[in-house]
Parts: sequence; C-alpha cells; structure tokens
Amino acid sequence: MTALLTRLRRQGLGPRDLAVHAFLLVFVFITLFPFYWMILTSLRPASEVFTAHFSWWPETFVGLDNFRAALSQAPLLRFMLNGVLVCAGILIVQLLTAIPCAYALAKFEFRGKALLFALVLFALCVPIQVPALPLYVALAFTGTLDSYFALMVPFFLSVFAIFLFRQVFKSFPDDIIHAARLDGIGEAEILWRIVVPSAGPAIAAFAIFSITAHWNDLYWPLIVITSPELAPPPLGMMYFADNDSGTTFGALMAAATLLTAPLMIIFLFAQRHFIRGVTMTGVK
Amino acid sequence: MSIALAGAEHQGSAKRRRRLGAEIAPGIAYWFAAPSIVLLIVTLLLPIIVVFALSFTDYELGALGISFLGLDNYTALASDPTFWRGFRNTLYYVALVVPGSVLSGLLLAVLVNDLIRGRRFYQIAFFLPVTSTLIAMATVWKYLLHGRIGPVNHLLAALGLPQFEFFGDPELIMPALAVIGIWQLAGFNMVLFTAGLTAIPADLYEAAAVDGIDRPWERFFTVTLPMLGPTTMFVIITSSITAFKVFDTVAVLTRGGPQGASDVLLYTTYLEGFQYLRMGSAAAMTIVFLAIILVLSLLQSRLLDRKVHY
Repeated sequence: MTALLTRLRRQGLGPRDLAVHAFLLVFVFITLFPFYWMILTSLRPASEVFTAHFSWWPETFVGLDNFRAALSQAPLLRFMLNGVLVCAGILIVQLLTAIPCAYALAKFEFRGKALLFALVLFALCVPIQVPALPLYVALAFTGTLDSYFALMVPFFLSVFAIFLFRQVFKSFPDDIIHAARLDGIGEAEILWRIVVPSAGPAIAAFAIFSITAHWNDLYWPLIVITSPELAPPPLGMMYFADNDSGTTFGALMAAATLLTAPLMIIFLFAQRHFIRGVTMTGVK
Repeated sequence: MSIALAGAEHQGSAKRRRRLGAEIAPGIAYWFAAPSIVLLIVTLLLPIIVVFALSFTDYELGALGISFLGLDNYTALASDPTFWRGFRNTLYYVALVVPGSVLSGLLLAVLVNDLIRGRRFYQIAFFLPVTSTLIAMATVWKYLLHGRIGPVNHLLAALGLPQFEFFGDPELIMPALAVIGIWQLAGFNMVLFTAGLTAIPADLYEAAAVDGIDRPWERFFTVTLPMLGPTTMFVIITSSITAFKVFDTVAVLTRGGPQGASDVLLYTTYLEGFQYLRMGSAAAMTIVFLAIILVLSLLQSRLLDRKVHY
C-alpha cells in the first residue's frame, strides 16, 4: 500500500498532487467558461438564450445559423481581412526599421548612440494615447484620416523591437562579423544574411507579440476610422455589438467566435513563442 | 511593460564595448539607424512636444484661432468634478485589478510550477485570455454577467444568493469591469512569475530541507516568496500600468455609465479630444496621464537596476 502511494507520488499522482489538480481545474473552469459559453450560445437558438434556467448544452442545435446571420449582418470577413492587412503592414515596417537600428546600437560606435538609446528607453514607457492627439490633428490636416495608412502609421516604429533585437544582436559573436568583412561581404548583407537568421526565435516572438497587440487594438482604430469597410476586428465587433436592436445574442456570440478564432488558432500552434515573448518582455 | 529588460543587460555592455566600431566607417551605422530615427522624431518626439504645447492653449480642431492660456487648462482640470470622478474610478479599478491579478498569477504559477504532470496544459489554459480579442470577450462577459439571462446570476440563484444587475448598478460596475481585467491579466502575470520561479536555484530548497523546512507552505514563505521579491514588485508595477490604461471595456460595454460610475481617465480624455474636439484640455489630461505612467515606469526601471533580493 505504501509502496503504491510512493509510486503514485513519484508519478505526480499522489493525494496532494490530486488536490492541487482539483484546485487548478476549478481555475481552468473559470478561465475557459467564457469561451465555452460563447461557442455554446453561438450554436443555440435565440429562444434558449432567454430562458431563465441554465443548461450546459443546446436543447435544439441550430448548426451554423447564427454564424450565417452574423456574416449577413456585418462584413465580418472584411473586418478580418482589414486586421490581416494592418497587422502585416505594421509588422513588416517594424522589422525593416527596427532590425538595422538595433544592429547599429548593438555593434557600432557612433556619435549620439547613447542619446538614441536613452530615447528608445524613454519611448518604451510612452503609450499610444500620448502622441494620439497631435497625430490625429496631423492626419486630419493631410486628409489621410480614415485610411489603412492612418491605422498603421503610429506603430511603424517599435522601440520595443529595437530594444529586444539589440539585446539579441549583442550576443552575436563579433568574430563571425569580422570574418565576413574580411571575405568582402557588405555590411547590409552581413546584417540580413548572417546576423538576422540567427535571431529567428526572437523575431518569431516579437512577430507574435506585435500581431496580438494590433489585431486586438481598439483605441487607435476607434479614433481614425469612420468607414466600416476599413474597420479592423475590434472596431467591427464594437459596431456589431452597438446596433444590437436587430442582433440576437446568438449572432453576437457567433461574431465574437469568428473574430477571436484566428488568434486563438495561432496561439494553440505557436504557444511556445507566445510564452517566450512574454518572458522576454518580463523578468530575466 | 517592456522597460523591464533595461536592468538585465547593463552588466554585459561595459565589457564588450568598442571592440568593433573603430575599424569601419561609422557612417553605415547612421544609415542603419536613420529610418528609425526619422520615425522616432515624427511619430513620437514631435507629437509629445506638441501635446505639451497644446495643453497651454485653447486649441479646438476646426477652430480658426488659437490662444495661449498658460496653466488655465490645468487649473480647470483641478476643479473639474468629471475629471476627478474619472480619476477616482481609474484608481478604484487599479486597486481591484492589481491585487486580484497579481495574487492569482502568483498562486497559479507556484501551483503549476510544482506539478509533474499537466504543466503545459495549465499554462495554455490560463494564457488563453491574454491572447483573446478583449472586445469580443468583453461582450461575452457582459452576457455572462447579464442581470436576467446571465449564467453568473443563474449560479447565484441556484446557490440561493441574491442576483445582481452588474451593468446597471453604479456600485457594481467597476467591480464587474475589474473581473474582466483580472480574467485577462492573471495568465500573463502567471507567466512572469513562472519565469521568476525557474530562476530560483534548487539548492536553496535543498538547504531549506536540511533545516527541516519541508512543508510546502513553509517552503513557500521561507524560500519562494523572498526570492520572488523583485519579480513581484515588477509584476505589481506592470499590472498597475496596464490597469491604468483601462479603456476598451469601458468604451464598448459601459461608455462611462451608469451615471458616470465607470468613467475612467483615458475614456474622459478620449471624449474630450476626439468627440468634443477640445484639444487643449484633452492635451492637459494626456500630460497628467503621461506623468503617472512615467512615474510608474521610473519606479520599475529603478527596481530592475538594483535587482535586490530581500
């Protein structure tokens, strides 16, 4: 009996482990319940939503009716396409600008380097809400409000990317760079062909960080976008939730499911990168 | 959140300095940095200067004139009950979300980290809300907390407890929003704490065991918690900054209602600047907001520079 207990404990199945699992599963239930309820409601008829009693399962299964209703009431796919375009545009410019700057900060000596790095550190603390007013005024005066450009422009520079990549490039061996120079390889080619490929995991983690942040951002799109056909997912969701006169809960939850799904799916496939990304932003 | 790394890389930099640069023309470095410098000036530094300047004027978008007001916008804010209400509500939200998300993050990290089986599963489950689209999930939460048809009230009724109209009651609205905030932030904090936990050397636990400390909670209070000191401070400040920036849930779910009970700093600023287009006073609010965020960030970088364990 005691031998059995020891063996179970060694396998992580002792009484104490089971108690911890039970406790954690309660938390898992609370954490995941909103997702469950969202999907459940998207699959049940409106009549069941308004009953006063609780039920775990749709009593009548309406298939994809709510999804069809949601898609016909609002251009959800368009919102998602906008999200893809905006996230891709932002990420590409962020990488193209931050990588060389980070490399310069990591591996070169030049005048103003300390100042530039100090400004990067300062900029890390400044949230988008601070430059928002002047950027809005500038966009208004140049007539570029309500465009993809307006959606992307405040985020082209990622000081976080500069900071992160500088850290990574610093640990790249100088000897390899020297050897490449002796071989007559140009500086830009050294950066993009030799140094950057070694930073793959950091770039992947940053990409996921950036995509998550901008797919989910509401504040800036809410300010600059007035045409529904340019709205990214959160703004689209807001429009959808607003005109709830004709919208049923089922369709609303179907819309929520559709707009959250892409990131959820990316997360489930790339969770290592997500979690590494958070760790990189946090304590070492 | 990102200033964090500042501390970590101070040590290495002095040693490796000036091994490379001198040999080649530094001109290339400017070419590498130029695009970022231009963007930094145009999309960040200039706007900050402009926002600061605007806060001393009566500028309104579309107005023809602009005049200098000195500190009038700031004195007006100081005596504006709406601004103070937003400020108080924001502090209330921070006071609810920070302890809630830090304690649950710590608890989950410690419990999950000790497991032999299922760590990955729990990490994925608890991290899922972090990556979800908050606006979409907020509408789900509004439904969950709905006064009549929400499952939370069904549960309360089943337990024989009174039911609540969470989104209609000025007393309950901030706690309801805080629940959503905690739900989203707990998994994020858990990951930060997990990183801190893995950095604790295992021999400390062995030493504690030699000293006769082997009950889990004793180990937690004598080894884990003291060693997590810096991480905990870091997580508290990061969470405070995140909570201070609360906007999305308010904009989508409550619009500051009922009766202004969920007006928060950024929402008030947003209305002032982008709905009423009163740029001058919105700029003053923005400067107050920036000051608060900078103080918190400064605390954070101080902390990381010292890297003390206590």
